[in-house]
Amino acid sequence: MTAGTVLSTHGLRKDYGRDAALVQAVDDVCLQVAQGESVAIVGPSGCGKSTPLYLLGGLERPTAGTIELADRRIDGMPEAGLARLRRHVLGFVFQSFHLVDELTALENIELPALLAGASPRKARERARELLARVDLEDRAEHLPSALSGGQRQRVAIARALANSPLVVLADEPTGNLDSAGTTEVLRLFDQLRIGGQTLITVTHDSRVAATADRLISMRDGKFVDETRLTGGTSRSLTEMAGLEG
Amino acid sequence: MTEPATLPEREPLHGYQLRVVREVLLALLAGEASHGYQLRARLALALGPLAGALNEGQVYVTLSRLEKAGLVTSTRVGQTDRPDRKVYELTPAGRERVDVWLFDTSWPKPAPAEFHLKLVAAAAAGLADPVGIVDNQRRELLTGLAQAQRAALAEPDRSVAALLLEGVVLRLQADLRWLEACARYWNEAKAR
Repeated sequence: MTAGTVLSTHGLRKDYGRDAALVQAVDDVCLQVAQGESVAIVGPSGCGKSTPLYLLGGLERPTAGTIELADRRIDGMPEAGLARLRRHVLGFVFQSFHLVDELTALENIELPALLAGASPRKARERARELLARVDLEDRAEHLPSALSGGQRQRVAIARALANSPLVVLADEPTGNLDSAGTTEVLRLFDQLRIGGQTLITVTHDSRVAATADRLISMRDGKFVDETRLTGGTSRSLTEMAGLEG
Repeated sequence: MTEPATLPEREPLHGYQLRVVREVLLALLAGEASHGYQLRARLALALGPLAGALNEGQVYVTLSRLEKAGLVTSTRVGQTDRPDRKVYELTPAGRERVDVWLFDTSWPKPAPAEFHLKLVAAAAAGLADPVGIVDNQRRELLTGLAQAQRAALAEPDRSVAALLLEGVVLRLQADLRWLEACARYWNEAKAR
């Protein structure tokens, strides 16, 4: 891995089924993600774009290829090691939030810290800090069922940050949200990018993708195109808005 | 003499010329008589981050043209510590022009035909891979989307300029969805 790279894959492959029913969900994928970089993987539904995220997060095992996370090979790591990684090094954001329904917003956020062995006082302190960061201090004691979709996802994002993960992995974070909820998540993702959180997001929503530094297009299991979004465009904003005469 | 190979760059110091500036100024004056500086301030509020590059003198030049055309009149108002300023007022002819503009339903046209024909021609003549052309265009639109969205997210709550930026974002999003359909079609066409 080159200096500053926190996550890299080489020749990554994931097959499902065999022979005539073989599906190559991930086909020879090479990826390098730098510390503090925000990367979006986009593509039409059914192109297999969530699978690389599951592989990177150690939720599934690759058929072939290597994955290095913070200078450690994780593709062949025993399950106990992967579980430790998922607790301490990675944060996850899912399309359907995956909050614990019986716990309040604050309790959901402190859970990962408690599971990672933090003292209840420290975990609570951290959870309060994160709740403020996602602007939901006044919802601390609410159960998920009493929150809007956008608010639930903001709680889920705060939870993903509980153990100050090296990398946050997000799978279709706005997939279940209306446009107001989507805007709330866009705002947070933009802040995460500015704050230098390493973030890999899989999305079919071009607005979510546009919050990233770099965008990778996936088609039929392959990475086919890459766009750096931090540079300018040949058209100015005033031209795009139709202001110039 | 030969023509220069590239177009000269727009002079950045002068800023951009606002399209429909005549109609906008007339409509703003329909509410109340105002001087040029007030009109500029209202435009700046409506355009937010996009107002920065607006041509400085365009409002004043346009007002004097509108006056010559009989659409506005001006009165000179004295100020104690500064030079006199001109207060502009709408004439009945100007008012008529505003009414026509407000309910004019013409709409800037999205132009998919040129791009569509480009892909068809590229494929038919074997000039280039249409999917590559689509990818190239998508990169351009995505960079624009990122730029517009960052500007929109940086606007404060309930900013009227954010609404304009939202319009830019949604339009680009629609174009990107169409490019997805183009990529799908031409990708399948390659496989056929």
